[in-house]
Amino acid sequence: MKIYDLIIVGAGPAGITAGVYAARKRLDFLMVSLDIGGQAAWSGEIENYTGYQFITGPELAQKFQEHVLKYGAAIRENEEVLGLEKTGSVIRLKTNKADYQARSLIIASGKKSKELYVPGEKEFKNRGLTYCATCDGPLFAGREIAVIGGGNSALDAVLQLIRIAKHIYLVNNASHLSGDAVMLRKVEGAANVTVLNNTSVTAVLGNRFVQGIKIKNNLKENELAVQGVFVEIGLIPNSAFVRGVEKNSKNEIVINLRNQTNIPGIFAAGDVTDVPEKQIIIAAGEGAKAALGVFHYLSENNF
Amino acid sequence: MVKSVKVYSTSTCPWCIRVKQFLKENNIEFENLDVSGDQLAADEMMAKTGQMGVPVLDIDGEIIVGFDKERIKLALGL
Repeated sequence: MKIYDLIIVGAGPAGITAGVYAARKRLDFLMVSLDIGGQAAWSGEIENYTGYQFITGPELAQKFQEHVLKYGAAIRENEEVLGLEKTGSVIRLKTNKADYQARSLIIASGKKSKELYVPGEKEFKNRGLTYCATCDGPLFAGREIAVIGGGNSALDAVLQLIRIAKHIYLVNNASHLSGDAVMLRKVEGAANVTVLNNTSVTAVLGNRFVQGIKIKNNLKENELAVQGVFVEIGLIPNSAFVRGVEKNSKNEIVINLRNQTNIPGIFAAGDVTDVPEKQIIIAAGEGAKAALGVFHYLSENNF
Repeated sequence: MVKSVKVYSTSTCPWCIRVKQFLKENNIEFENLDVSGDQLAADEMMAKTGQMGVPVLDIDGEIIVGFDKERIKLALGL
């Protein structure tokens, strides 16, 4: 079986940037990813990626893809990595479609939405319950909806939905909302938003589609009639397939300043790692660092 | 024979953009129905699929939910 110089797992800002750098170093590499753009593609409005004063998530993802494909990078899309192991100096990667071998690896698989784990969540996914306000928000025009969460992603969802939905219940299980002051002020000033603090969701109700949620506040249970449920309670790293590599208590992959993990040849970059601050531009920078680190690793080991 | 292709989408969803881009790259003509501004189209999509996720493709009556590239290729004979 062919042995690549490098395999990059993930094609978000970190993976794509690693791909651009790997291509420019003329490494023989492959990219494997479920999607292109990662979480960045799901962002509504991006105003802090230098060079673009304003760009939407889907547009930035498109630019990323064009950039890496310009160098002729091979991207296996819709492919999920199931496991990896290192024997000798070779890293073996198993996906849902094929097996691959490489001298080095960059794990840039990012993060995904955390689930509520309450009855009804699975049954009503895409039947009124969604994890993507950017994508599905417009379908809830004139409806009563609930946004679950109390941090920046929940506030971002509420702000996207304020002009669409008739009324929004922001269901927050903490005693107050957290998040950026600018967004907080807008949310608290909106006439069609009701904030329910100290309140948790215990079930999603409905028939064919969502008709309501069960909520609990101070041991008191209530039902709220809503036709939409937007789950925005944070993110978890896509690191379950990475076994034998050191992770922290949040399941983020632990890396050093050179993006190396505890296993030589296995590098990681972006939101899946313990890098402080999860931002598109930081993930991109980390991807570049990881690819350059791989280049040095390969030449030091005469691969 | 040319197949009739309908795409139910919203203007903001990344997978909708990618589906449409994929169809254009393959020179497939399609009718785009923006379910965010068109309640009739939204109802039609929900009746066909029993769900509200976009994108949905209707290729000569075969319903595909999501950007399932392999199934789309098969349905279009690509």
